[in-house]
Amino acid sequence: MLGRTLREVSAALKQGQITPTELCQKCLSLIKKTKFLNAYITVSEEVALKQAEESEKRYKNGQPLGDLDGIPIAVKDNFSTSGIETTCASNMLKGYVPPYNATVVQKLLDQGALLMGKTNLDEFAMGSGSTDGVFGPVKNPWSYSKQYREKRKQNPHSKSGDSDWLITGGSSGGSAAAVSAFTCYAALGSDTGGSTRNPAAHCGLVGFKPSYGLVSRHGLIPLVNSMDVPGILTRCVDDAAMVLGVLAGHDPKDSTTVHDPINKPLVLSSLADVSKLCIGIPKEYLVPELSSEIQSLWSRAADLFESEGAKVIEVSLPHTSYSIVCYHVLCTSEVASNMARFDGLQYGHRCDIDVSTEAMYAATRREGFNDVVRGRILSGNFFLLKENYENYFVKAQKVRRLIANDFVNAFNSGVDVLLTPTTLSEAVPYLEFIKEDNRTRSAQDDIFTQPVNMAGLPAVSIPVALSNQGLPIGLQFIGRAFYDQQLLTVAKWFEKQVQFPVIQLQELMDDCSAILENEKLASVSLKQ
Amino acid sequence: MAAPVLRRGCRGRLWALACVDGGSCHGRGAPTGSPSNRIRGQSSVAQQPLHTAQKPRKGEHNWAAVVGLEIHAQISSNSKLFSGSQVRFSAPPNSLVSFFDASLPGTLPVLNRRCVEAAVMTGLALNCHINKKSLFDRKHYFYADLPAGYQITQQRLPIAVNGSLTYGVSAGKERGQVIPKTVRVKQIQLEQDSGKSLHDDLRSQTLIDLNRAEGQLRVDANISVHHPGEPLGVRTEVKNLNSIRFLAKAIDYEIQRQINELENGGEILNETRSFHEKLGCTVSMRDKEAKQDYRFMPEPNLPPLLLYDATSLPIGADPRQVIDIDQIRETLPELPSVTRERLVQQYGMLPEHSFTLLNEVGLLEFFQNVIKETRAEPKKVTSWVLNIFLGYLKQENLAVSESPVTPSALAELLDLLDSRTISSSAAKQVFEELWKREGKTPGQIVSEKQLELMQDRGALEQFCYSVMKDHPQVVMDVKKGNPRAINKLIGLVRKATLNRADPAVIKEILEKQLSS
Repeated sequence: MLGRTLREVSAALKQGQITPTELCQKCLSLIKKTKFLNAYITVSEEVALKQAEESEKRYKNGQPLGDLDGIPIAVKDNFSTSGIETTCASNMLKGYVPPYNATVVQKLLDQGALLMGKTNLDEFAMGSGSTDGVFGPVKNPWSYSKQYREKRKQNPHSKSGDSDWLITGGSSGGSAAAVSAFTCYAALGSDTGGSTRNPAAHCGLVGFKPSYGLVSRHGLIPLVNSMDVPGILTRCVDDAAMVLGVLAGHDPKDSTTVHDPINKPLVLSSLADVSKLCIGIPKEYLVPELSSEIQSLWSRAADLFESEGAKVIEVSLPHTSYSIVCYHVLCTSEVASNMARFDGLQYGHRCDIDVSTEAMYAATRREGFNDVVRGRILSGNFFLLKENYENYFVKAQKVRRLIANDFVNAFNSGVDVLLTPTTLSEAVPYLEFIKEDNRTRSAQDDIFTQPVNMAGLPAVSIPVALSNQGLPIGLQFIGRAFYDQQLLTVAKWFEKQVQFPVIQLQELMDDCSAILENEKLASVSLKQ
Repeated sequence: MAAPVLRRGCRGRLWALACVDGGSCHGRGAPTGSPSNRIRGQSSVAQQPLHTAQKPRKGEHNWAAVVGLEIHAQISSNSKLFSGSQVRFSAPPNSLVSFFDASLPGTLPVLNRRCVEAAVMTGLALNCHINKKSLFDRKHYFYADLPAGYQITQQRLPIAVNGSLTYGVSAGKERGQVIPKTVRVKQIQLEQDSGKSLHDDLRSQTLIDLNRAEGQLRVDANISVHHPGEPLGVRTEVKNLNSIRFLAKAIDYEIQRQINELENGGEILNETRSFHEKLGCTVSMRDKEAKQDYRFMPEPNLPPLLLYDATSLPIGADPRQVIDIDQIRETLPELPSVTRERLVQQYGMLPEHSFTLLNEVGLLEFFQNVIKETRAEPKKVTSWVLNIFLGYLKQENLAVSESPVTPSALAELLDLLDSRTISSSAAKQVFEELWKREGKTPGQIVSEKQLELMQDRGALEQFCYSVMKDHPQVVMDVKKGNPRAINKLIGLVRKATLNRADPAVIKEILEKQLSS
């Protein structure tokens, strides 16, 4: 049951094959079993069981709230949850219990979803590995998969033991690990430069970043307000669409949400043929750092579309190479501003120093933030200084416009959807990953995902195949703004073609009988 | 300052500010007046920021002062600029604070429509150009009463620009002579207010009230002096002036201080100063931090504020979603300058009286209601409303709406006066009775107290005769040609009649009797 998709388990609940409480307890027990993954910062066991109980009553009365009623979900720990600690994986917010729910959380709860817990991340979502949070790094469940372990045994150079576990990618690595390890059916991430799509690619999941303005940010503790979007991590495209259907829409509490999205997504149709589609392949995304395996998969994916009758053309997004540096200026500037409220006065951490307010601010912020956050605050304040503003911030905004226009031009040339890699390589071992600092890693890892945030477009990472090492590889589809439904429809067709294998975690959970229906797991798949 | 004690869960409120930068003079206009005029003239600087000061010493340059005002005015709205929580005067501290007001992480600003409408209306009233697109910015600084670490304002592209306000200053030689002046308005911007800090020096604590500050008006004045024709001088900023009187005093003081400083070979520092209300002087605030860099950046959570007019209004637009400038223009009341002009024209009122009528809330309406119901001359009505009625109100510190005397009662009283049924001193007596709220009409009071003027000429003649008989010395004075002596006789007769006689009639009878 745990290995099923959201849609399948929703049907099972409706048919009474399983009750919400049973489902909740299975997930809770698996969360405990996989605690070493460090996917969750807070497990909201009592809340989830209470919600399950209420859901069960509704099912008994034949009045479930919707498709998500009784479905275990997890939420990244940078979404405010009423009565549940929300830390952003930072000392600064340890012990902070918000008095309100983020709009997206409330919408899920209104549908009867069960909140299993709050997932791990890089501190304040600043990172691409989920390694830089105060609660420690998240381990990629694929590190313990049969697929990866078997490949490793064949490699005489590989070390034995657990020391070479893999990162999940990030910053929504906790959410990705939670869904990937079957502890919930969907999870909320956030996506500012690729934070949902990157870990989705590394963990073999669908990672969807909606159009900016389609989904409310109210209650999402911001990284970069002008780029942040709540992201959705699921096991298949249909599940992502189902969750998006619940989350999308104008929120009076977020003035940047649109009133009339061009296409409010509901249920995806199955695309019978792709002959009317035009797929764009941005030539600037073919960079030397791209692993040959991913490059070849990318190319085969393009061939697949072409062989099925789609028009596949090369397009140019000429300002792509400026995106990361531009992002650095805009991101750190907004970070400097957004982090200003964390002063120890009203909530969160406060140091013991009380000789003056200024000294208290300084010490609180030194103790509360890690080096990455402090570094970005420092850079951002530098860029916003009166003498630097024109040279940095204003220029970066202009470059951002050029990058956004690149996409507009590509779509105006007749392209429906762009196809790109999501990451440069498959997930790397933690010990490998931390050889570079956070800034270098973020700059490298966000290269394919981050321009999309500059332009506010919808994008989705779809797991395509396993690498030679037995690790997932994802490809990214990018759509026009507010053409989220069209984008997901194309992604769904592609998902069906590639038949990505299900993670086999039996070695990890060999005494967890409930999920050891291996054959069943295998059949979870992407077929409906 | 010790660490503020506010912790999560405290509440407060927010208000909006409209900011008006006063225009400035660039050495235009010839300096006028005597040395004493330099200060005297500046005292009305609140209405006259373009005033020039003079250095009269022979052979030396004159001084010109330049004053610019930043006026923070609270918008009268039910809820705050960016949150749904209420605005209420003197609410308990931190009782009106939304999660946004407390800057809880993840909260977002939502612009209050009423505040935008008020800003547009203010812009129209001040002859501004209304920007159909305006933007919001963040202004950063760390202070305990600024919980987000930044303030949302409109620095780059404000809602209204380039306005002007024409007004009159009674400064001429003749009474009631009004000199027209114009002040330029640089911009009007919507701005979130910070919280209020309460410093407890005993406990070394600062308490924060996030209900936000409670003054209705706060002005920062930028002041510099220079010699006409030369570049502008270095300016100082006098912060947080909360009354027109203090504003005028502070500017006067600061201009004089700067002139003295420069004439004594000193220099003016570009600094912020505060006005010491008791000593009547400005003092340097000695900011601990050097130059503040507010690190302005666009507020990413508020899209550009778009306004429409009749020509640009999108077809089929939801009226709840759009703000129509033309529609707001239609709801604009008659502006004070127009009303004042009308009063002067219509009732032959002195311009200064028209100012007084408009400056007191409800007074104009009261005046107009009296006019409507009485036969008395407008000049008489003006005099009674501004002298007697307003005097009583001020003495008891009452608003017009709290007056015990209704416009109808005053109208009736003035009719009695107009028809010479009572004397003007009796009328004042009746007014005093009316003020006691005993529910009696002026007619009732007059008859109860027997205040009617004596209409019996024969009886009056008898009173005059007796008075003249009893005061031969005064009669002698009159006959010797002392013109004021007759007034004494009139007074004595009035007293004898218990103020019930018309002085004009007494005078006539006395003159007749004296000349006979």
